[in-house]
Amino acid sequence: MSHSANGMVNYLNHDKGIKSWLFTLDHKRIGIMYLVAVSLAFLAGGILALLVRIELLAPGETIMSADAYNQSFTLHAVLMIFAFIIPAIPAVMGNFALPIQLGAKDVAFPRLNLASFYIYLIGAAIAMSALIVGRIDGGWTFYTPYSTSIGDGILFVTAGVFVMGFSSILTGLNFIVTVHKMRAPGLTWNRLPLFIWSIYATSIVQVLATPVIGITVLLLFLEKAFQIGIFDPALGGDPVLFQHFFWFYSHPAVYIMILPAFGVVSDLMGTFSRHQVSGYKFVALSSVAIAFLGFLVWGHHMFVSGQSAVSSVVFSLITYLIGIPTGVKVINWVQTMYKGSVQFKSPMLYAIMFLFTFSIGGFTGIMLGVLAIDIHLHDTYFVVAHFHYVMMGGNVIAALGGLHYWWPKMTGKLYNETQAKIAAFLVFFGFNLTFFPQFIMGAQGMPRRYYDYLPQYEGYHQLSTYGSWVLGVGLFLIAYYLLVSVFKGKKAGLNPWGALTLEWTHTTTPPDHHNFLETPVVTRGAYDFHLARHLFEHGGEVTELEGMGDGASTLPETPATEDATV
Amino acid sequence: MGDNGSVWLPDAMSTLAGEVDALFWFVFWASTIIFAMVIVAKVYFMVKFRRTDETYVPEPVEESKVLEAVWIVLPTILTLIVFTWGFEVFVKLNTAPPDSYEISVRAQQWSWEFQYQEGAVSYTEMYVPVGRPVKLVMNSSDVLHSFFVPDFRIKHDVIPNRYTSVWFEATQAGEYDIYCTEYCGTQHSGMMAKVVAVPQDEFNKWIAEQSQDLPPAELGLQVYAQCQACHSVDGSAGIGPTLAGLYGTTRPLADGSTVVADEDYLLESIVNPMAKIAEGYQPVMPAMFSSTLSPKQLDGLVAYIKTLE
Ligand code: HEC
Ligand code: HEM
Ligand SMILES: [Cu+2]
Ligand SMILES: [Cu+2]
Repeated sequence: MSHSANGMVNYLNHDKGIKSWLFTLDHKRIGIMYLVAVSLAFLAGGILALLVRIELLAPGETIMSADAYNQSFTLHAVLMIFAFIIPAIPAVMGNFALPIQLGAKDVAFPRLNLASFYIYLIGAAIAMSALIVGRIDGGWTFYTPYSTSIGDGILFVTAGVFVMGFSSILTGLNFIVTVHKMRAPGLTWNRLPLFIWSIYATSIVQVLATPVIGITVLLLFLEKAFQIGIFDPALGGDPVLFQHFFWFYSHPAVYIMILPAFGVVSDLMGTFSRHQVSGYKFVALSSVAIAFLGFLVWGHHMFVSGQSAVSSVVFSLITYLIGIPTGVKVINWVQTMYKGSVQFKSPMLYAIMFLFTFSIGGFTGIMLGVLAIDIHLHDTYFVVAHFHYVMMGGNVIAALGGLHYWWPKMTGKLYNETQAKIAAFLVFFGFNLTFFPQFIMGAQGMPRRYYDYLPQYEGYHQLSTYGSWVLGVGLFLIAYYLLVSVFKGKKAGLNPWGALTLEWTHTTTPPDHHNFLETPVVTRGAYDFHLARHLFEHGGEVTELEGMGDGASTLPETPATEDATV
Repeated sequence: MGDNGSVWLPDAMSTLAGEVDALFWFVFWASTIIFAMVIVAKVYFMVKFRRTDETYVPEPVEESKVLEAVWIVLPTILTLIVFTWGFEVFVKLNTAPPDSYEISVRAQQWSWEFQYQEGAVSYTEMYVPVGRPVKLVMNSSDVLHSFFVPDFRIKHDVIPNRYTSVWFEATQAGEYDIYCTEYCGTQHSGMMAKVVAVPQDEFNKWIAEQSQDLPPAELGLQVYAQCQACHSVDGSAGIGPTLAGLYGTTRPLADGSTVVADEDYLLESIVNPMAKIAEGYQPVMPAMFSSTLSPKQLDGLVAYIKTLE
């Protein structure tokens, strides 16, 4: 078998035509379809964000009316949260890489996997059309009684969100079973890539949390249809109850957004430092612990909303206890470079960027968790900056890193590394210029969801808008060179980063339709580079496969004990 | 930024603002220092351990249990300090002194109404005495709102069918912005007012004046605060038509007929807005004014609109 992958049959070309894509059961192709879908959502959400920022360039009306503004930021948020960020890493990179990293042929239930893609599309369509037709405003939190006072559209939006959530339940279930049942021989829990651990933890949250939004839709519906007072004070309901329901789903959803990023960053730090990820066990198990503890902190969104002071105190305390392991992880990632051999390819640049932006998101989260300070900062631009540092600076930056990392494997093509580095710099600079001034204006009192503002905030708003342009240029540049690479890119080698997980060491580029010819046998942990010295004798780019998965590893059977991986 | 504000925080103008700020600065500096340490270590490792030999595969490092323990214990201690401290200030922010002066605050889309014990009512400005704790008892007529005064570091949601409260003691005379910080519809960002803090004797004088009979047009001007989100008085169209020059003109209506805007039409438009819809506008004017405004206030409004040119 030729290792050059030249003219080889692979998952992209073994079958042709649009039907072979739309009805595919191949997890890799489904991953690519998700990539197209979430990229479109990100594009639409991003354009709305740029429009919203232009409107804020000056006080008063700049380019749109107050209603158009309020609907735009709402649509921006719903697209970004439910249609983009929740499926981004798990459904795109999870689908593409998780089964191969496990040494499996596919996920446990390939049909279900395809079904969840279409369920996602249907849910997104329902939610988007309801938002646009129903002219829904007020942000992605849909607090009653405002949201129910503007018509019935809210029922359809939450229903759409639930349908999208249902898709993530199915994907989550599929991944959980796949991880439990389909690991290659020798791939013990201690040897799993941290990416798998994080997707596994995310899947647990998806399966447990999403039903709550279903119940909420049902209650909203019962209230509307039969006039039972649940949330609506005019019917004797409790308006704050909705907030409890909402955050009981949406706070765990925050972990759905961030845990996969931890996984990607761990893989990147390990591979590009050619070193074991420091505190492997801690990073792995604390992800799972956070997945459960994350259900106990929803009330920290409600310190000023009229919940009892005692609950506020309890929620604040638990929030901290969860924050600490996250901080320790950041230290672990930094430590991974210690005495390593660190290479700065574009995926690694995003991992390093992540450590900076995500840490700022984390520290400002600590500030918001302090009861007395949160009273001042709640619902100001400080919060807007905080969650963009966590969601964009955390998840999106990690997703970009993962995309640059797996792109050669997915497409078989290399993108232009120089352009990639320039884009990474523009994204970093633009991101900070967009969102850092928002911390200051928020602390100065600028409220969020404001179409208009007092003149003392104008300077900060202008900086932020200019930043969004730089950020936009960076992101469009990425889209440009990635698309160019598909048509004109150089052929990618088998293992350009010198990684040790199975998608790099045991599959061709791009992978075969069945991933492996025969099940690979795993003899070391995902980051045991010191047990794979022979791969690097000729340099950084590994050009030989360890095996095509015929079961015969080229490695001598090292008595790799469990703790050799830790 | 005023005399005691900073780049990060606005002026601290209430008795508790300073305490909140001290906590803010503690967390701010602790975070900044730890963050800087992490970033310095990161950059140092990036430079020191950058790949120079493509074939070099480093050995794994023994992980130090001591270091690991430090990473966990130190932040835990720090956060527990911050937590307890934050809790103490939180309790103070939530317990109004028993001798507080009470003002009722009613929020509605998109204006604030302040009712004083002496019977006076104000809209765009909330007068308070300096150096005396003031407790606000708040309620909403429609959706959620939130009462926020950055200079006092206080904020609390205002909820329909439930009273919530917040308190402060202004330390200096001056005017401080009030924002609504819970999304409440189109004009959420226009739902602003001001706290006007004045010395106690001036406050007493103001209250006395308010309780006397105002000339109708001036009373109307006050009540107009509830209309300004939709109606301008400078001729520009908003959600509703401008009130400037309205009186006495002939109005085209949505059903094709016309009507002369006399006193009766003005009053009818306010108490029963659905009766006649002005051409080119949506029938979205709230119908509640017939019940929330007194006959005197309604007369005042009509008188005020008549004065607009
Ligand atoms: C939510 C926005 C809103 C608020 C608040 C509001 N209005 Fe209106 N108003 C409208 C709209 C829209 C119209 C035009 C449609 C109609 O005639 O009902 C209107 C019409 C009117 C008219 C008739 C104008 C004409 O050109 O024929 C008068 C008079 C009026 N409003 C007075 C008031 C007064 C006084 C208040 C405050 C007590 C007030 N409105 C509060 C939206 C509002
Ligand atoms: C392209 C860069 C982006 C820019 C310039 C941007 C800008 C904005 C702006 C101006 C707001 C309105 C803030 C307010 O008034 O409250 C906003 C809100 C929001 N954004 Fe973004 N954003 C960007 C990317 C993202 C991403 C990647 C995500 C998530 C993955 C995201 C999620 C949100 C959410 C959840 C809100 C809250 C809306 C609400 O208040 O309900 N944004 N953004
Ligand atoms: Cu409001
Ligand atoms: Cu509001």
